[in-house]
Amino acid sequence: MDITIFGQQCVNGLVLGSTYGLIAVGYTMVYGIIGMINFAHGEIYMISAYLTAIFLALFTTVGIHSLPVVLLGVLVLTMLFTALYGWSVERIAYRPLRHSNRLAPLISAIGISLILQNYIRISQGARNQGVPPVLEGVFRLPPDSLDHRFVQITYLQSLIVVVALVSMAILTWIIQHTALGRACRATQQDRIMANLLGVNTDRIISTVFVMGAAMAAVAGFLVTLNYGSFDFYIGFLMGIKAFTAAVLGGIGSLPGAMLGGVVLGLAESFFAGFVNSDYKDVFAFSLLILFLIFRPSGFLGVPEVEKV
Amino acid sequence: MQSAKRLLPVLAMGMMLLFACQPSGAAEPIRIGVAGPFTGSDASFGEQFWRGAEQAATDLNAAGGVLGRPIQLIKADDACEPKQASAVASRLVDRDKVVAVAGHFCSSTTMTASTTYADAGVLMITPGSTNPQITERQLPTLFRMCGRDDQQGVVGADFVVKKLKATHVAVLHDKTTYGQGLADAMKTRLHSLGQTEVLYEGLTRGEKDFNALVTKLKSIQADAVYFGGYHSEAGPLVRQMREQGMTAPLVSGDGIFSEVLVVSAGGPGFLKGVYMTFGADPRKIATGKALVERFRQNGYEPEGYTLYSYATIQTIAAAIQATQSQEGEKLAQWLHGHPVETVMGPKAWDAKGDLQVSDYVMYQWDDKGKYQEVE
Repeated sequence: MDITIFGQQCVNGLVLGSTYGLIAVGYTMVYGIIGMINFAHGEIYMISAYLTAIFLALFTTVGIHSLPVVLLGVLVLTMLFTALYGWSVERIAYRPLRHSNRLAPLISAIGISLILQNYIRISQGARNQGVPPVLEGVFRLPPDSLDHRFVQITYLQSLIVVVALVSMAILTWIIQHTALGRACRATQQDRIMANLLGVNTDRIISTVFVMGAAMAAVAGFLVTLNYGSFDFYIGFLMGIKAFTAAVLGGIGSLPGAMLGGVVLGLAESFFAGFVNSDYKDVFAFSLLILFLIFRPSGFLGVPEVEKV
Repeated sequence: MQSAKRLLPVLAMGMMLLFACQPSGAAEPIRIGVAGPFTGSDASFGEQFWRGAEQAATDLNAAGGVLGRPIQLIKADDACEPKQASAVASRLVDRDKVVAVAGHFCSSTTMTASTTYADAGVLMITPGSTNPQITERQLPTLFRMCGRDDQQGVVGADFVVKKLKATHVAVLHDKTTYGQGLADAMKTRLHSLGQTEVLYEGLTRGEKDFNALVTKLKSIQADAVYFGGYHSEAGPLVRQMREQGMTAPLVSGDGIFSEVLVVSAGGPGFLKGVYMTFGADPRKIATGKALVERFRQNGYEPEGYTLYSYATIQTIAAAIQATQSQEGEKLAQWLHGHPVETVMGPKAWDAKGDLQVSDYVMYQWDDKGKYQEVE
């Protein structure tokens, strides 16, 4: 087998996996802290794609054309507004159900996900939307290859990998080394005790939703720029894939989410590339089932110990 | 006093019933269902359907309607989902009591919905479903306004082999009834031309990342890619081909025949070397000139299936007018034996409900986001 093809599939998988990882973080953090799956997370990602396009258009109409300024500005604004959505979802759909039956917030999650989808469909239209290509260019190895024997990564793809790594690092640092992170970990370990010791757990839970949404916004921003088009339905498939990634990595574990994403991305790429793309998803979900059966705690998750 | 109060709601109900009955005194409209994907990723085709049908109904009503009665269109959204199509079909038949249906668009939805209409004896004319199986089942009240994928696939394969002189052809599809059917038709023709495809695989609808597949296409050195599917996947696919340095042409069918392909690809620059089959451009047929002008004056470009949808409503109206009937079987019988003058010229159907003449030609995209017929 040609080594460049293998290398290229690694790049494909890594890029795809990084976006899965960024979204998986939202699932894993929320699960870690309140033990529920936020099924509306995929829609939050979808909304961030629309926000990216809106802010991109805004910057162009205002007349700002410096690429770094535009990219950074759009990213920050998208994260901000998407975080607002994440916060509102928690406030409206989950907080009132905090002390009810375990199933109630799950149903409410599905409900809010349908509401968000249809809200976007009605307000933005059902057609495909797109953004013009930005930041075109490509690294090739070897750089002066004339035939098709090269491994390449576009500027945007490398941006995806770098930004994913950097934002994961920042997030891990926040959780491990700040007062906020300590409060998060305390809430995760024992919500009642944390509350007794003066941690405002409701606010901490809100913060976790905000952080998860902000990470989804990073993914939405990068994916939108890279693939150029989106519609109101993209959150569904992406949500399922990211959830799979979160479970693979060990739900509740931050580095696990990223690792799970990359593993899933690579697995999909290799299977589509070397076996058959028809059964790519079958393979990915079989992987999920195998993990759920034989190692439910994933790569990096800690096996659940009954709390006494 | 007490009993008078109790009577009040009853009285109000009675009044409401009275009002509800009133319109039936006037000429009752003839209801025609317009079914297609008005939401979802294929909504741009649904828009073409609706624009065409709406204009046709307006024009017909302005000319006095059919049998002296106005035409009323009922919009039914199937979102290109077979399950939803079956549900809206039942609704059109049972609740709205439509005389005929113009629709559906996606072949998968036409397949499921058509049995409902056939059971109820409702005339169904699909402006845009091209899968061969649809008419092969010989449902007596089913017709189409467009060609078939086994005709479309032949034009596609001939073009790839004879014009593009490709020898390593990869055939891809999106696993839908339409997409896979078209890819299969193309593959069959390819075999009869003495070639074997280098790859035959499906991709997942709704995904955006086909990079792994594109790398594979590169590794097997495909010099032409045939794709059976819709623009929402064709756009990202061709973009990623170009991004990975593949210049091989992408050939597809009527599923990408929409300017929304530019949006799906995220820019017109990626579309160089994209080809697609479609009927001879109906906008260029002399009979439709005035209508096309009217659409454009309203700020709408009647591309794709817009005029097909217009012609469908015309056909339904013509059949009702000629037979003085609203029974599906009678309308169908008449259509099997009589050609109809439509905005797209005269149309006639064979025993299966297929058009007697199909006119697929190849179109080519340029890097400005426009397409035109290949000479």
